Amino acid sequence: MTVRPLLSVRDLTKRFGNRVACRDVAFDLWPGEVLGIVGESGSGKTTLLNCLAGRMTPDTGSVIYDSNASGLVDVHGLSEARRRLLTRTEWGFVNQDAREGLRMGVSAGANIGERLMAIGERHYGEIRRTATDWLGRVEIELDRLDDRPTDFSGGMRQRLQIARNLVSNPWLVFMDEPTGGLDVSVQARILDLLRGLVENLHLSAVLVTHDLGVARLLTHRLMVMQGGRVVEDGLTDQVLDDPQHAYTQMLVSSILPV
Amino acid sequence: MPPVLRVSGLTKSFVIHAQGGLALPVLRDVSLAVSPGECVALVGPSGAGKSTLLRCLYGNYRADAGSIRVRHRNDHVELAGAEPRVTLDVRRRTLGFVSQFLRVIPRVPAVDVVAEPALRLGATETEARRRAEFLLGVLGIPPHLWSLPPATFSGGEQQRVNIARSLIADYPILLLDEPTAALDAGNRDGVVELINQRRDAGAAIVGIFHDAAVRDAVATRILDVVPPGAQPPGVQP
Repeated sequence: MTVRPLLSVRDLTKRFGNRVACRDVAFDLWPGEVLGIVGESGSGKTTLLNCLAGRMTPDTGSVIYDSNASGLVDVHGLSEARRRLLTRTEWGFVNQDAREGLRMGVSAGANIGERLMAIGERHYGEIRRTATDWLGRVEIELDRLDDRPTDFSGGMRQRLQIARNLVSNPWLVFMDEPTGGLDVSVQARILDLLRGLVENLHLSAVLVTHDLGVARLLTHRLMVMQGGRVVEDGLTDQVLDDPQHAYTQMLVSSILPV
Repeated sequence: MPPVLRVSGLTKSFVIHAQGGLALPVLRDVSLAVSPGECVALVGPSGAGKSTLLRCLYGNYRADAGSIRVRHRNDHVELAGAEPRVTLDVRRRTLGFVSQFLRVIPRVPAVDVVAEPALRLGATETEARRRAEFLLGVLGIPPHLWSLPPATFSGGEQQRVNIARSLIADYPILLLDEPTAALDAGNRDGVVELINQRRDAGAAIVGIFHDAAVRDAVATRILDVVPPGAQPPGVQP
């Protein structure tokens, strides 16, 4: 059996008025790969992520996803209902701000259980058991199952958001600065957690970050974006240790040594 | 035995854009072939490009020109210009690299850092852990450290964790960049012993060993690496 790309992106361009947010982006993401998109604020990386994940419609270009349930699908040609189903079952999306990815008014257990119900689980005891299991996997005390995320710290919320996304065993997870805005020690815990989950669940992922240390730790491949264009791509350690493009060299040399 | 690593015409320079596109040639037309059971020691003055050559062989630095062919999954794979997933698969199964520096992963215990490559190749948790503990023991890491993240270890301890991680998977090709730097005599001998075991078991090894005694103990062949500009041009096997 030949392996096919999980995601094939071709000629993707997105404009806001006269401004081009991303231009002519093309790549294949293969099963099990974690692709990092790096660049400064305004380089177009979050716009690109939103176009890949079907949250934004590109002006031109295509995003083809190899769906486990229905074979090759054109993400932007799907009906709204089917795209929503996809995003709740085979995909995950981890927002930088956990409040955007969680339902703040319902319990932690309900946040995790929601996606299980979306994939057809109806047995309350089973949902609760799986939710408890996932709370443990993201290192939240099990007696917090019935608490709302409003009572959680920023780091706990982020871990809860990760559990909510991964509970349905997605194939592909999009992450937008998953450790942005958190304290360094909290970041380390989340990075370690994500790294373990990605490895053990054989996830494929597209991760947007401006933090090259995060990229080094979590990704296999990198695309470097500047002014909406991909200026360099390759293996993560290649791009960071042997940067070719002037912009990448500038980014890499701007990291403060620790 | 036919070579499992065959390098020809390898050329590499670094272009530094912040210096107005200054080009620093490091390797020119390097050729090299390594067969199973061989250990090739790279020698040459500091700055001759020994580390750059090793990093090119690992796909960490990108070759400007030339070919790096490795025997991988009963086939020959070109690493120069390879797609990331190809290089990653070669690294997972075929090509191990020991560097002087451990990239510390926060919060991961030493024993898991070491076991990871074996798990990726399909070893069971128990088996991977058993081999990791064996290697850590051989390399003189005391058992009470095994469950701690290596971030707080000394330089020499981190290096030995790194060596254990690189040797757990029995890679058919090993690249060693100063594997014994920062180690005391006892631990150095342990590392030499492990390298020789791998070599005698049929691994093809390319390494940089500053310590002449270590080099004499492990190398079957010496390769002079000459800085570009110095003559004769390039490096012959």
